[in-house]
Amino acid sequence: MPYLPIFGAGYPASLNRTSQPVQAGLSSRFEPGSPAGLSRLRAGRVYGAFTRDLAATARAHYASPSHGIRLRRSLVLAKGAGWVAVYILKRLGLALVTLWLLSLIVFFACQVLPGDPGRAILGNLASPSAVAALDHQLGVDRPLVEQYWTWITGILHGDFGTSTQFRAPVEPYISAALVNSLKLAALAFVIVVPLGIVGGVVAALNYGKAADRVISVAGLSATTVPEFVSGIVVIVVFGVALKVLPVSASAGAGASAGSQLKHLILPAIPLILVLFGYIARMARAGTIEALNSDYARTATLKGLRRPVVIRRHILRNSLLPTITVIATQTGYLIGGLVIVETLFNYQGIGNLIYQAAKSKDFPMLAAGVLTIGIVYMVATLIADILYTVLNPRLRVGGAE
Amino acid sequence: MTEVLTPAPAAEVTVAHGRGELPPWRLLLRRPTFIVGAAILLFWVVCAIFGHMIAPQDPLAQQLLATNKPPSGAHWFGTDQLGRDVFSRVIVGARSILVISFFATLLGTVAGTALGLAMGYLGGVVDMIGGRIVEAVLALPLVVVAFLFVVAVGPSPLTIIIVIGLVFTPLIARTVRSAVLVERQQDYLSSARLLGENRTYIMFVEVLPNVLPTVLVEFTVRLGYAIFAIASLSFLGFGVQPPTPDWGADIYANYGVLPAGYWWMTLFPALAIASLVIAINLVTDSIEQVLSS
Repeated sequence: MPYLPIFGAGYPASLNRTSQPVQAGLSSRFEPGSPAGLSRLRAGRVYGAFTRDLAATARAHYASPSHGIRLRRSLVLAKGAGWVAVYILKRLGLALVTLWLLSLIVFFACQVLPGDPGRAILGNLASPSAVAALDHQLGVDRPLVEQYWTWITGILHGDFGTSTQFRAPVEPYISAALVNSLKLAALAFVIVVPLGIVGGVVAALNYGKAADRVISVAGLSATTVPEFVSGIVVIVVFGVALKVLPVSASAGAGASAGSQLKHLILPAIPLILVLFGYIARMARAGTIEALNSDYARTATLKGLRRPVVIRRHILRNSLLPTITVIATQTGYLIGGLVIVETLFNYQGIGNLIYQAAKSKDFPMLAAGVLTIGIVYMVATLIADILYTVLNPRLRVGGAE
Repeated sequence: MTEVLTPAPAAEVTVAHGRGELPPWRLLLRRPTFIVGAAILLFWVVCAIFGHMIAPQDPLAQQLLATNKPPSGAHWFGTDQLGRDVFSRVIVGARSILVISFFATLLGTVAGTALGLAMGYLGGVVDMIGGRIVEAVLALPLVVVAFLFVVAVGPSPLTIIIVIGLVFTPLIARTVRSAVLVERQQDYLSSARLLGENRTYIMFVEVLPNVLPTVLVEFTVRLGYAIFAIASLSFLGFGVQPPTPDWGADIYANYGVLPAGYWWMTLFPALAIASLVIAINLVTDSIEQVLSS
């Protein structure tokens, strides 16, 4: 029975519970507070046999580097490799289907946008015949299916269309905005990942005590406050009251790396707050599950000191789901970027599609949303593959 | 033998989620996080219902000679760029966000529960098709999709309710489906089938009461996200339209003057949103913990 956490449908109930945390990881920004952590805990208790299997594998991996076990491990790997390849191909196929669905949604949603592109370009004073002529030239008077075909084949050839607001190809705008957004996202990630992991592990090691409650409740609150709300609070405190940090995210053209970084600190804080709660929650749930496991008890009973048990046996197992969850959080990040970039007036991809939506710039909006979809898809794919490759459970499951 | 096969009364199974001695709501009242969350939530609900009576001034009245005034005795939270009393607007503004988010979540919960019941209980083709749809929706950044649709259809409270409700439907369906799959293993369902009950009856009369705790938790969780999403849409200018008092829309209208030092017009609505979402999450967290203990 291959253990496939990614597919929600068609699996027996006994496996479905166990698969929930990963599904939660896959979903987007709206997920953080779902009871995934709870079911994760339940899974550990209910499926003792499964966990014992995991314990055996984990021991083979980390605890006893004896020759026999190493040999067994490489055999398992060789048998599992083919299955992993099939799995990755499947994921790739699904990602392509989803991208195609996204392109449909984007295209038809943009078609409903009120307003006439020809009128938008020529202005209110242009004659109806001129507008009709331009509409014909732009191709917007043709049947929708035909327009979709032209649009999608253009994208496949690398032509994302012409912006109606800038009257220029959209690609340079998109790529410049994407680079800006990546800078902001990278800064947020570099800070929040260690912070979230440490917070979650500390909470789990103090399970039920005051430290745990404080970290859990604070994390939950941080996650659920919208970015523009925490953004306004940090602007008021650091930008307006203390005047220590710049309020605008853009450092201006040709600014030094240090100056750019300084401008990005305030915008990064709302993103960090939202991500912190989620990452800490996953790290906490994973650590608690590992703490309650049989292999942790075995390690303690055989006389290992607690720091060694935690470092070698607990963390290595508990952080695996967390790592992949972090990768999938790029999806959330994109949703958050629309808000944060607007609030801080930063020229990123979120702000770009927001401005495009406001000025009814269909080609720019569609290209921007599609780019976001592609980034999201790639990140999710990498996360799933990482999970498969890193997780000994899946390798063994596939070999059986 | 037939006696043994008779389905257990649904109410008993639901109660079994508690710790045994006390009903769940009594356990809830013992949690300080729940008390704090419920108190804040209650405060905002009262504001939403009786806001116009509580507010010291008319939230729409513009005093053009008293614009941009900082907080003072006359205007506790100051006045905005049109000279409107920010305190009154914050009190009255609770209504739009609470009403919209409640109905959006309700729509998503009802539709999602029906879909989840069908997917989990009927299985087969229904589950396959439903599963693909859920996966496709999950694979899209939700804020972006909601944003796209509200932009396309045009902002109005009804549009927002429908868009957020539809976006939540598959998410709730997924959770309900998992709960139904667990119930499907129980004996009372085989009994009901053997008694010759039809599928619709079994789904809604036998299974539904037993997954209700899951649905309740899901509803409160989603309510928090609905407020998050709706406030965000309002902040982008695609939510409640002026001059109706609304926290997100008020922030949208005034954040431009924030760097100039006019912090009170945006900070107070922002704190209101923060207190509301935190309150809902404290309540949710407590309910989750009580139901799972």
